[in-house]
Amino acid sequence: MLARVWQMKAFDFHRAHDVDDALAVAGTTGGSYYAGGTNLLDLMKLGVTQPSSLIDIGRLGLDEITATDSGGVLIGSGVTNSAIANHHLIRTRYPVLSHAILSGATTQLRNMATAGGNLMQRTRCPYFMDVTFRACNKRRPGSGCAALDGFNREHALFGASRSCVAVHPSDMAVALAILDAVVHVQSREGARSIALSEFFQLPQDHPEQDNALSPGELIVGVELPPSEYAFHSWYLKVRDRHSYAFALVSVAVGMTIDDGIVTSAALALGGVAARPWRSPDAEAVLVGNVADITTFGRAAEVAMNGASPLSQNQFKVDLAKHSIVRTLHMAATRR
Amino acid sequence: MTAGSHPEHTVELSINGVPVAVQTDVRSTLLDLLRERLQLTGTKKGCDHGLCGACTVNVNGRRVVSCLTLAVSIDGATVLTIEGLADGEQLHPLQQAFVDHDGFQCGYCTPGQISSAHALLGEHARGDLSAASFDGPYTDLARGPETLSTNEIRERMAGNICRCGAYPNIVEAIASCLPECGR
Repeated sequence: MLARVWQMKAFDFHRAHDVDDALAVAGTTGGSYYAGGTNLLDLMKLGVTQPSSLIDIGRLGLDEITATDSGGVLIGSGVTNSAIANHHLIRTRYPVLSHAILSGATTQLRNMATAGGNLMQRTRCPYFMDVTFRACNKRRPGSGCAALDGFNREHALFGASRSCVAVHPSDMAVALAILDAVVHVQSREGARSIALSEFFQLPQDHPEQDNALSPGELIVGVELPPSEYAFHSWYLKVRDRHSYAFALVSVAVGMTIDDGIVTSAALALGGVAARPWRSPDAEAVLVGNVADITTFGRAAEVAMNGASPLSQNQFKVDLAKHSIVRTLHMAATRR
Repeated sequence: MTAGSHPEHTVELSINGVPVAVQTDVRSTLLDLLRERLQLTGTKKGCDHGLCGACTVNVNGRRVVSCLTLAVSIDGATVLTIEGLADGEQLHPLQQAFVDHDGFQCGYCTPGQISSAHALLGEHARGDLSAASFDGPYTDLARGPETLSTNEIRERMAGNICRCGAYPNIVEAIASCLPECGR
């Protein structure tokens, strides 16, 4: 294993002092931003990616969570997953975000991984992660997709293409999807905001492009608008073992319930697409109806309409339906 | 690999209370720095990909996997390794608990298990949550669970794999040590 590590190519290392410095160095070197490194350094060891430069963005001061005037919160992109999940504003106003984050990885990794890095992490498709497989359009554009007719039991049900059937691995992003998060980014041209729903890109013909960022653009924060879902929310992650594995299916739900009737709802699935998969149709079924198993079952059916299973992941359709019902039940009956 | 052909960086760290300055290859992880350059071989290399937890150490008060920690990125940090837990010949109470409860067989994962458990006790004491905390009452989410159930310990130790399967005794050792061993 040691020999394999030293296959890692040497690189230039720059410690950025502030955001402008980071953007400038990225512009001149074409390097990769480095924060927690839990995914990037691993991919470098595996030879999946070989950046010529790393720009350390760990000391840019983007490590705070602040309340916004609108009643929401702004999470600096350098805040660790552990710090987000344990922050009092997140626990009390957005517990589903804490729940989702704590459902992923381990304490050691969450202590290192950051909000920005979580959004930037790559798929764990085995054909992407192992360079001995020749065909992976995400790793080598134009080389094909080995998963399409290969080992694909963990792969996509929605939004895939002939060129890529990989899923995005983030739990955090699934919760961010139901919270209508906004991603703040900066480049040397200026700042812009990207709705989370627009941040991740479906593969179509260019699976090498995971998201809407331009080269050199840097995530500086993730903003959450005020949420009414603090009480009736839940995150369920179903996987091959009880802890420390990626999702086969996950579900994030937020609702408001008045006198037994669902008055608003947001529902998103993880582990089924290259982005968190919001289901407006399921949300429409929920709103205005009694918060009971019958309604939840109808929402689950509607949510999975249009699923396109692959050769080995048909089971995920039923798994997702049952998971949706259970998640809605947990959110509705939260003590 | 020839050392001269790649960029070298000086990294200054405080390791178990001792200041060190060491020249290192830019690609070196904290794990390799500890083991290969500083001969602190208590910290173990298992998978080298952040999966097994054998390399767990504490950096700036937080447990991390040292195999995915780029040494140059933590210049100036305070590091606590398994070698820093005992007080001379006096075992740390958590180390003693692992002995008393037979919390290992081959012992390879043990430094990582103990380093991880040491941090766990501190995290619980300050009210951190785990995914298992959501199985409890809603009020637990604001304060953190008062007691550490077996489920809580198992979830919080999920990042440390023991191939011998000594898990029941590891959990017992940690549970026996609550809460004062986290310091």
